[in-house]
Amino acid sequence: MSKLKTKHLLGIKDLDKEDIALIFQTADHFKEVINRPIKKVPSLRDVTIANVFFENSTRTKLSFELAEKRLSADVINFSSSGSSVKKGETLLDTVNNILAMKVDMVVIRHGSPGTPHFLSRHIDANVINAGDGTHEHPTQALLDTYSIRERCGDVAGKKVVIVGDILHSRVALSNILALKTLGAEVMVCGPSTLMPKHIESLGVKVENSIRRALEWCDVANILRIQLERQKTAYFPSLREYARYFGVNKALLDSLGKEIVIMHPGPINRGVEITSDVADSDHSIILQQVENGVAIRMAVLYLLAGYASDS
Amino acid sequence: MQKRLLFDSRLLQITIDRLCQQLIENHDNFSNAVILGLQPRGTFLAKQLTKRLENMGVMQVPLGFLDTTFHRDDFRRRDEPLQANKTDVPFLIENKEVILVDDVIFTGRSVRAALDAMAAFGRPAYVELLVLVDRLYSRHVPIEATYVGRKVNTIDTQRIQVEWEESDELKNVWLVNHEE
Repeated sequence: MSKLKTKHLLGIKDLDKEDIALIFQTADHFKEVINRPIKKVPSLRDVTIANVFFENSTRTKLSFELAEKRLSADVINFSSSGSSVKKGETLLDTVNNILAMKVDMVVIRHGSPGTPHFLSRHIDANVINAGDGTHEHPTQALLDTYSIRERCGDVAGKKVVIVGDILHSRVALSNILALKTLGAEVMVCGPSTLMPKHIESLGVKVENSIRRALEWCDVANILRIQLERQKTAYFPSLREYARYFGVNKALLDSLGKEIVIMHPGPINRGVEITSDVADSDHSIILQQVENGVAIRMAVLYLLAGYASDS
Repeated sequence: MQKRLLFDSRLLQITIDRLCQQLIENHDNFSNAVILGLQPRGTFLAKQLTKRLENMGVMQVPLGFLDTTFHRDDFRRRDEPLQANKTDVPFLIENKEVILVDDVIFTGRSVRAALDAMAAFGRPAYVELLVLVDRLYSRHVPIEATYVGRKVNTIDTQRIQVEWEESDELKNVWLVNHEE
């Protein structure tokens, strides 16, 4: 099988084990490509891709853009600031106007959950979700699980804890779905104010003590505290959060075992993770970024690969 | 389904020996040559050739495997994307004499893609092509092989079926008639 079962990548929810395996396998080949002296292949040379970002992004946008360019696609970038969105144009109008310029794929990030799903029902182009509000961020979860596979050999059977702001995190939801699909055990850990109700129904363990969580796990994925999504105070202060849920070297040293540290970025150094941990050998944060390009190349390649009329 | 035997293992030995002799004629001691087997099925033949060359007293020729999937010209024109194979070229081909190896040449499009894919590893001094089976009169691009095991007249619906043994040893090569 060399075809995804979906035409769009809206969320991990739409992918099964075989789809993810195919993406990983394809990403392996692209990882070899991006480590060559000439890091480019011509596969998508007749494809135009619009990166439509209604929310700020550094890593994801750069990573997508690089992936598109390494596949030789033509790329246009749109960000809502400074555009006609400010003049009151609707999302569908904006995107239809972009599509009228003969665009084949749309990579979209938007603050409202479900935006990519809405778009996929109304336009012909392949839609890739680059983060929709607090809902899903599928390519991040794919690159996270890919990085775990690379470091630990396999995802199945590994114990992974996701630490931090589970309530506001699209990375957390996509990661939980991807990890469960691939057969890992998942635990979430954070202040109870940042824990969604009924999160157990996704089949994850819940833990409020960071020490117990780290003692249990093989891999810790530490999320960023999303200051921009916290209109009300979920915890008293950053300092208090760092004290109770921050991961530091002393804590890791006291575990008596080595665990793999991940972070989707951007890091609030000294809040959820200290610098000595983020920069240590246990951390695979920069490998995650490298793998991000390979994973996005694989997703773009597999989605673009259909005959244009099908 | 009708089948015609093109090579049995004895004839294959003879042909591969002959191809090796021709390579030695042109490349002397192979000091500047490299062999690139095309994925997926040119790799078996490439391994066979290097092994046989070594038995003939030639020094070890650098061997790489080149996958052309991402350079093909039929992407987005088939029902599903082709699955890639591993590219493993652990050397640069800058100023090298490159011998591309594939089992069958048919339309020539894979070789065109290979010439494209190769460019990522440097600019070779020159490139040659070695194939086991040349399907005549079926080229879509003006590409011809330098060394040929056997030339065969075929029609579009026929396929060449190459059987390999576990140990990468070639066994039989068949010409198969597919009923459409």
